[in-house]
Amino acid sequence: MNVIYIMWLRQLKKYFRSKSRIIGSLGQPLLFLLAFGFGFGAIFKKAGAGNYMQFLAPGIILMSVLFTAIFSGIDLIWDRQFGFLKETMVAPVSRLQIMLGKTLGGATVAAIQGVIVFVLTLLVGFRPHNLILLPLGALVVFLVAILFTSLGIGLASTMEDMQGFQLIMNFLVMPIFFLSGALFPLEGLPRVMDVIASLDPLSYGVDGLRYSFLGSESVFGMTTDMLVLSVLTVLLLGLGSRLFERIQA
Amino acid sequence: MNVIQNSTDIITVSELVKKFGDFTAVDNISFNVKKGEIFAFLGPNGAGKSTTIKMLTTLLHPTSGKIVLNSFDPARNKDGVRKSLGIVFQDPSLDDDLTALENMQFHAVCYGVPKDIRGSRIEELLQFVELWDRRNDLVKTFSGGMKRRLEIARGLLHHPTILFLDEPTLGLDPQTRNHMWSYVKDINQKEGMTVFFTTHYMEEADRVAERIAVIDHGKIVAMGTGSELKSRTNADTLEDAFLNLTGHKIREEEASSLDRMRRMGRLWAGRRR
Repeated sequence: MNVIYIMWLRQLKKYFRSKSRIIGSLGQPLLFLLAFGFGFGAIFKKAGAGNYMQFLAPGIILMSVLFTAIFSGIDLIWDRQFGFLKETMVAPVSRLQIMLGKTLGGATVAAIQGVIVFVLTLLVGFRPHNLILLPLGALVVFLVAILFTSLGIGLASTMEDMQGFQLIMNFLVMPIFFLSGALFPLEGLPRVMDVIASLDPLSYGVDGLRYSFLGSESVFGMTTDMLVLSVLTVLLLGLGSRLFERIQA
Repeated sequence: MNVIQNSTDIITVSELVKKFGDFTAVDNISFNVKKGEIFAFLGPNGAGKSTTIKMLTTLLHPTSGKIVLNSFDPARNKDGVRKSLGIVFQDPSLDDDLTALENMQFHAVCYGVPKDIRGSRIEELLQFVELWDRRNDLVKTFSGGMKRRLEIARGLLHHPTILFLDEPTLGLDPQTRNHMWSYVKDINQKEGMTVFFTTHYMEEADRVAERIAVIDHGKIVAMGTGSELKSRTNADTLEDAFLNLTGHKIREEEASSLDRMRRMGRLWAGRRR
């Protein structure tokens, strides 16, 4: 328990100490909100689909959670390159505890990042309809954060340097984001896209968060959203631990 | 699972081999270290010293051979071995973004140092390595020597049964070097802590270690006390003894380029070897 806590604390301290990283990570969501939110707003309205900023904001919040979470994997690669990983690997504690601490730490950071972007969306005109469901929204954010942090750490466990991670960014993270329904409604899509979107874990997160904020009807249903996210989180946490345990320093 | 071990031995290694692909880094070595002994692995860079330490400390799986350490087998009871060990690695293994104190606290928690003595022991050790005044500074602001000292303090924090030091004095000034060895010897005598260290400094091995194993190209070419090695080879100094035993001097240049090559090889081979 102590070990999980100290791992978690370390991640948080490092996060709050890197001011440039916090500020830098807000640039992308802000750009997306401005370019897409205002850029497509008029067309979206003309098509009779309502206010695009309202639709987009939950997607952008989860985008930044997704990116930050996956990037926890990069921290692991840094630890390996700077030697600190060895210090943790020879400690008489189970790899599972190390993995859990790291994952919870990374997920907390990602969730905080989500909250900051949430504030950002309020500044550009996003207005949640429904404050009663906000705790549910927080739960969705945290599940998404843990899910993708486990994935990031699991993948990083199999890599020795940064190059491989770039590949993951392009071939995994970007598709997960763009095909999740964060930017467009999932109704009335071509059949292929429909299938792809329903295979994308982030789709369920976006759907759940949108429902929590707006109270509008959800595409998959809230129960399905939570069920898919929870099951996947447990699975990826298990997979991440397995991969992490196999590291030899 | 406990393994039967000669009661005076704390480390028993028999026929240990480690191969990276076609390259044999450690080639069938056997040795033993007695309880409370200060034991040195002497050899040039790339001789297999660090690889052996990595296997002893559970970081690498041996290709073949047997290790018994404090009556545990590192391949089967990793945590048992890990609890017995303190390690100072050859390369830095501190977190640069944490302070000296935070690095120490992290270690104390991981090794289960009881809360009530944690603070006082950290202070004692940081005072000893003369970093107490800098305890709240980020490690990235430290010089190489300061980092080294902090790592040594950290390795001693949980009062290990066996202390592994991989080239511990590399990059330290003579004063700090002497200071470090006097402290290590002090704990060695007071608490009976076994010390296993690697070095390519003859003088250091001769002065500090009770027994020395000379290792070259992954093989142990001789083992004994400093004076035994000298008398066996009819040499006045350990330097000459080494020359007689291996047919070459400890040359860093040649070894370090070999090291680089090996590192490149490892990079290309990927993580699982």
